Amino acid sequence: MSESSVKDPIRIALADQTRNWRVTDGTRLTGDLNIECDVVIVGSGAGGGTAAEILTQAGLKVVMIEEGPFKSSSDFRMRERDAYPQLYQESAGRQTKDKGITILQGRAVGGSTTVNWTSSFRTPPATLKHWRDVWGLADYTEDALAPWFEKMEARLSIAPWPVAPNENNDILRRGCDKLGIHAAAIRRNVKGCWNLGYCGMGCPTNAKQSMLVTTIPEALDRGMTLIHSARVEKLISRYGRITSLVARGMAADGVGVNTEAGPHRIFVTARHFVLAGGAINSPGLMLRSRLADPYNTLGKRTFLHPSPVSAAIMDEKVEAFTGAPQSIYSDHFLDTMPHDGPVGFKLEAPPIHPILAGITLQGFGENHAVWMKRLPHMHVAIALLRDGFHPQSTGGQVAIRNDGSPVLDYRISDYLWAGMRHSLLVMAEVQFAAGAKIVMPMHEDAKPYRNWLDAKRALEVMTMQTLRTRVASAHVMGGCTMGADPRTSVTRSDGRHHQLENLWIFDGSVFPTSIGANPQLSIYAMVARNATRLAELVKPPVQMSA
Amino acid sequence: MAVSRRKFLRIGATSACVLVAARLLDREVFAASDTRGSLDLRKLSNKDAACIAALATAVLKGALPDDPAARLVAINEVVVAFDRTVAGLLPAVQTEMQELLSLLTFAVTRRLVADESKPWDQASEQDVSDFVDRWRQSRFALLQQGYQALVRVIMACWYGNPLSWGTIGYSGPPFGKELGLL
Repeated sequence: MSESSVKDPIRIALADQTRNWRVTDGTRLTGDLNIECDVVIVGSGAGGGTAAEILTQAGLKVVMIEEGPFKSSSDFRMRERDAYPQLYQESAGRQTKDKGITILQGRAVGGSTTVNWTSSFRTPPATLKHWRDVWGLADYTEDALAPWFEKMEARLSIAPWPVAPNENNDILRRGCDKLGIHAAAIRRNVKGCWNLGYCGMGCPTNAKQSMLVTTIPEALDRGMTLIHSARVEKLISRYGRITSLVARGMAADGVGVNTEAGPHRIFVTARHFVLAGGAINSPGLMLRSRLADPYNTLGKRTFLHPSPVSAAIMDEKVEAFTGAPQSIYSDHFLDTMPHDGPVGFKLEAPPIHPILAGITLQGFGENHAVWMKRLPHMHVAIALLRDGFHPQSTGGQVAIRNDGSPVLDYRISDYLWAGMRHSLLVMAEVQFAAGAKIVMPMHEDAKPYRNWLDAKRALEVMTMQTLRTRVASAHVMGGCTMGADPRTSVTRSDGRHHQLENLWIFDGSVFPTSIGANPQLSIYAMVARNATRLAELVKPPVQMSA
Repeated sequence: MAVSRRKFLRIGATSACVLVAARLLDREVFAASDTRGSLDLRKLSNKDAACIAALATAVLKGALPDDPAARLVAINEVVVAFDRTVAGLLPAVQTEMQELLSLLTFAVTRRLVADESKPWDQASEQDVSDFVDRWRQSRFALLQQGYQALVRVIMACWYGNPLSWGTIGYSGPPFGKELGLL
């Protein structure tokens, strides 16, 4: 094997005795662990990573627990079949209860930031206004949040991407231009990006400024303890406070907890508990722990940006497996669609690698094989529906299976189906405008269409139905709604639980609606503000000098 | 023709005991008569493997190599990858998949839900393809879910395999030398 020209900062730090990183692998526990700290953080993604840096900078003793493994650039080999089981929840095959929506969510140190496509948007002003008006979140103004966006943009090198978009994204731009629809460039959190196109399998060059290579190493340098490959099973509450949590090491295969090596448990007592496991696992853990939920709001209002998919065949090569995966977007159908009307959507393009294409294209046998053979000429567009703003879009509900694992029950309402049809029509029109020879909406009943009129006629009468229409999601939000009124929400505007005073939810699960944009930067900025407040509240205990 | 409503209700009514019986029989009776044992399988029984091999042949028609020896290698690799995929599923989802496979491999339920009278390794490619399409077009969510689960995993197992990349014009990960991947 040749030697990589890229240095792996994680492996270097782990091998460096002077760095003194405290890292425990949950698959290798040899006995129970009992740990005390100021703050324990469950989860290491956008929320957990941001909080860890801020809390350790404030001098607090922090423990972070992550269910996934601690992998870094040397492990990121750009192969889907290795990356998906290693770095994603349920091997990238997590689905809603009725199997109607496939959910891409990270599970590794760095969480989804380790595998996301780097798209960075501030929370749209219209979303913030809706939160102030409907959810009483008075401190969610553009001005109040601006310094936190600036702080995190600087921290994570979020900037306009100076390189030309890859062909897959440029087709989206050209199609929008032809139709007079505004499209623009996406900002990305990268530094020295090689433009490879493999962000979704873990960045092999450490260019992506994920939590894995930024805030988490900083927190480890400041004395944080990281326990990875361990699942938090339960939070223990008493008299309106969380007193401790119990975790178990995962089995070596990472699928379930380790039941063979003895009942080794990790007990953590802390002054404050931060949940940052993402918007299925955080409410799931709270439900499993039977925490106070007097108004039955926990796990409700979970949103997905449910996204239909449209494929097209172009004359020229597209090679959508290469180059920055997302660099162009259009908000035309958000900006022109008020919240109280039909659902709006954001247009983007996804990367197309063999497994993702193979499982998303409808049908099987020769019809499917013919499309796969056109992979280099394939363009794909997605439409992220802005769910959660309209009375007919109330989201899904997280529940607990008999074995304690969380599952999301998300039924797609007729209101959202109408938006799916609308967006499939728009995507086909954009693709033909950009010169597509064939467009095929991802739907079991769809056929390849050779012109816009044929596609339009077919889509106008196609049955929009779960399992027949392909729907994907890479953004899970809600389930621990923040709001001013405890009767309709779970946390206050600063992420603090309404009933449990030392429990804080620092991830996308507090969003009262979907964001209407890729959510990572919304999570970074909100958590930066909330974690700073928490740090001020939990000043390190004063050391008495002799 | 899709599975009739009456037939489906019969399946529903008896599914619990049939499943238990199928899984018991699977282990205790048929395990002994299994002769195919060359693949290193963790979760799939040899009967499951025969079923997946037959399904893969139909689902991947037009995608697998034409050369018989290469084709056999490809199908076996899909079966082993399927097995690893099942092993990596959440335990609750793993149980669903194993119930689905029991339903497809136990003779009584195979006839009921798949309209397939012969064991999978004796069914013709056309028969298997017809079965897959019946489930695909079924109006029962359960059968549609079964169709999607099986086809998705088979597609992932094949297109994740570098053996498939040549025919789809995918050159594989770039910068292998610079990144120490070769």
